[in-house]
Amino acid sequence: MNENLFAPFMIPVMLGIPITTLIIILPSMLFPAPNRLINNRTIAIQQWLTKLTSKQLMNVHSPKGQTWSLMLISLFLFIASTNLLGMLPHSFTPTTQLSMNVGMAIPLWAGTVTTGFRNKTKMSLAHLLPQGTPTFLIPMLVIIETISLFIQPVALAVRLTANITAGHLLMHLIGETTLALMNINLFSAFITFTILALLTILEFAVALIQAYVFTLLVSLYLHDNT
Amino acid sequence: MTSVVPLKEKKLLDVKLKELPSWIIMWGFIPKGIAGTFQRGYYWYYNKYFNVKKGSIAGLSMVLAAYVIFNYCCSYKELEHEQPREYH
Repeated sequence: MNENLFAPFMIPVMLGIPITTLIIILPSMLFPAPNRLINNRTIAIQQWLTKLTSKQLMNVHSPKGQTWSLMLISLFLFIASTNLLGMLPHSFTPTTQLSMNVGMAIPLWAGTVTTGFRNKTKMSLAHLLPQGTPTFLIPMLVIIETISLFIQPVALAVRLTANITAGHLLMHLIGETTLALMNINLFSAFITFTILALLTILEFAVALIQAYVFTLLVSLYLHDNT
Repeated sequence: MTSVVPLKEKKLLDVKLKELPSWIIMWGFIPKGIAGTFQRGYYWYYNKYFNVKKGSIAGLSMVLAAYVIFNYCCSYKELEHEQPREYH
């Protein structure tokens, strides 16, 4: 049973070739590009949603920070669509792989830090020290803030991976429990099924929330550095 | 039985069963041709189900259902052990 548990997280292979790239490209095929002034329903809904999220996300930034809007909105759409597609039965979610999330987190975080260092060196270095600290605590706090700065990309990646993986695992386990309990005691199987239903609703929310959190934090790091 | 019209111009429904293997081999699997086929297929599906004035959820649902079935086929080997059979 142990090997079965993590089988959904193994890289899907078709005829000996890993098809991960195709699965990562798939969500982008579900977002057609707008051609005209008034588009079909699919594009209209997507445009409305994009406008809503971009206004919400990019409101707080200066014009310099708003140059990042394309990057952040596409990041949000990618993570949200990938997570939601992973909710389908038997599907493979690329965001459960730590490699992909670290590959997303480190360049974005490094980009925000580099922007801050290049354009506003004094201010970005000043972020390493919170306001109002007693003088004798300064060296230690600088070290602590530097460590917390370097932990940001790792935290971004691991947060996303762990949330999605844990959610999928829980659903898998509770589903198997329900099936196993059906022959033993029908009422407890029903209770477990209710738990599964609630968990599924939670997972849908988590899929979206995780995308939002990831993007929000990147934008936060950006705000500090512009 | 030989056919009057040359094989190359026939579409799938016009090909007789005996000529099917030679019809398939005739394609010539070059990457540009395969990419062209995918592009044409994508736009055919898009124009039929999405790019209409009153598109419904059916277009998207069919794609997602096909995706689910594709993933099921890919992971059938691991799922075989979970089936309630007497002999695996």
